[in-house]
Amino acid sequence: MADSQAMKKVLFGPILDNNPIGLQVLGICSALAVTGSMQKALIMTIAVVMVCAFSNLFISMIRNQIPNAVRIIVQMAVIASLVIVVDQVLKAFAYEMSKELSVYIALIITNCIVMGRAEAYAMKEPPLMSFLDGIGNGIGYGAMLMAVAFVRELFSKGTLFDIEIFALVQNGGWYQGNGLLILPFSSFFVIGLLIWAIRQYKPEQVEKD
Amino acid sequence: MGNKDSFGRTLIFVLITCLVCSVIVAGAAVGLRPLQLDNKQLYKQTKILEASGLLTQENKSKEAIQSTYQKHVTAKLLDLKTGEFVEGDAVNFDQRLAALSSDTSIKPANDVAKINRRANQTVVYLVKDDAGKTDTVVLEMRGSGLWSMMYAFVGLSTDLNTVKSVIYYDQGETPGLGGEVENPAWKAKWVGKQLFNNNGEIAIKVVKGGAKTGDIHGVDGLSGATLTAQGVEKTFTFWLGEEGFGPFINKYRNGGL
Repeated sequence: MADSQAMKKVLFGPILDNNPIGLQVLGICSALAVTGSMQKALIMTIAVVMVCAFSNLFISMIRNQIPNAVRIIVQMAVIASLVIVVDQVLKAFAYEMSKELSVYIALIITNCIVMGRAEAYAMKEPPLMSFLDGIGNGIGYGAMLMAVAFVRELFSKGTLFDIEIFALVQNGGWYQGNGLLILPFSSFFVIGLLIWAIRQYKPEQVEKD
Repeated sequence: MGNKDSFGRTLIFVLITCLVCSVIVAGAAVGLRPLQLDNKQLYKQTKILEASGLLTQENKSKEAIQSTYQKHVTAKLLDLKTGEFVEGDAVNFDQRLAALSSDTSIKPANDVAKINRRANQTVVYLVKDDAGKTDTVVLEMRGSGLWSMMYAFVGLSTDLNTVKSVIYYDQGETPGLGGEVENPAWKAKWVGKQLFNNNGEIAIKVVKGGAKTGDIHGVDGLSGATLTAQGVEKTFTFWLGEEGFGPFINKYRNGGL
């Protein structure tokens, strides 16, 4: 059984030390799409944590049975099923959010982080550790998402979680919203700056050339 | 059978995986369906109430919306070609479904709003005031924006000319730009606008750069979303025209609802 030290590392490591977006630069596509508002980013985070944790758990449970020739497609089947379940649950309990997020929820299937963890970790490690690894990576992804969404929502719409922080000019306030940050590709700048900040803080992440 | 990589084992494993996954997926879809349909209907009712100005801060709870809707709103099926109400199940009528079949829809000759097919029938929501008199008519319109089909409820006074509200309830335009069709500030600009001029011609416009003050037919465009705004204007042009609600409006514009 794993000791608590190792569990901690698996759970919290992906937040700063080994962030899936920051260090591995995976899952960028959805990070561009859903970071326009904090609320969307939060729902997306929860969805990815769920999918990543449970896909790791199930795949780890059957890892010794999976025939090598079809392992990727089996992982896909597990992940895809979980994503559909999450989508259905959202439609039933958070309808308005699911209307906005639905297509991106479906695209969790193609999120490299989920499959990457399944292939790289859950295929080798026992279920409990894999489950924690899934949660950890989900949170690492989510932390980055929330950070980007914080910058984008605050400086484009002057709000956080739809609560007004800066009063916009068009609503009679003083703040002129940044139109660039509304557009998805502006996340590239924000993510780039965040990666730079993390690597300033943790220089060992800088690649040698 | 002993080796997990043998052909037989692989086949059996794949079959079992598929079975288990499909049971889980089907279970989730079927089990949650009632809740999802509930949500869908509640969402629609909320938007119709919003379009008729009956949605207030106090009555945003589920029960309040359902009871207000029951009390004030009557859904009626309308034949678009004749402009007459027809008998039928207006509650469960699905316009999107009807627009798919060639038996229940036509291809408009002048499809300015790029809707592709138009159902022969549509639902009109008649909204009564507290005294039981019809004071708002909610029409359903749709038209292409830049990226997506945009669906709206349009609340009109009983003269079928004065706009009370334009509520977009389903669209996939760029958030922050075209998506601003859902912005309360922009929606407020529609209130009181006249759809037709004195000669009964369609006059409503979305004006790029901003409508002149006092223009009763012009609504400000959306900055950074010219194509979406054009889509909105064309939606109105189509649905107020002969192939849209034209016959209905001509019949009832002088009262009778």
